[in-house]
Amino acid sequence: MIHLYYFAQIKELTQKKEETILWADGTVAELVKWADETYPGFTDYSWQVAVNEEYVLETEQINPGDTVAFIPPVSGG
Amino acid sequence: MNLFEVTPEVLCPNRYLQYVTHAEVGAVTLFSGIVREWTNGKRTLFLEYEAYVPMAEKMLTEIGADIQRKWPGTRIAIAHRIGKLQISETAVIIAVSSPHRQIAYEANEFAIEQIKKLVPIWKKEIWEDGEKWVGGQTYKPL
Repeated sequence: MIHLYYFAQIKELTQKKEETILWADGTVAELVKWADETYPGFTDYSWQVAVNEEYVLETEQINPGDTVAFIPPVSGG
Repeated sequence: MNLFEVTPEVLCPNRYLQYVTHAEVGAVTLFSGIVREWTNGKRTLFLEYEAYVPMAEKMLTEIGADIQRKWPGTRIAIAHRIGKLQISETAVIIAVSSPHRQIAYEANEFAIEQIKKLVPIWKKEIWEDGEKWVGGQTYKPL
């Protein structure tokens, strides 16, 4: 299992803030593929991915127990 | 020694000013980011801020550590508010202290630039006729 977080416009697309999904192993790119199949239009948005609160590339491995967040372009300040 | 928080509470500048003040300090710069009513001719009614709180606080801590590496002798306190904010309310406060003023100015500006680029916080502008998440800058990890 892995835990996913969605924020801002991504949260409005998925209509949820977070969820836990089954996950054996795979990369960020594979998770993105899952997200686009589950939430049509997901890849029309731009975002970065954070695994366990660190920004990562799409080639990063995701392991069971990890927390993954989709981070749309930030606008704090 | 430093203080970094993301909070739904009203931000009080004195708390951060006092936090960075000690006997070696000769200057404190205090930056307040304020909710503006008019942006590019469009009137904002209010803003909604959202954050990935644990990561945002961690990244603010890293920005503070970066500042202390670049400018030894500084002390930093940063707070960002989340939730619904009305016009003229304070969204962010950055306090930087230093023995001398030039570094306090430079380090404070560095902090707000880094926050706008990196820290997972989002604002939604709500207008009379609609709303939009503001997508400022995009960070690409190397």
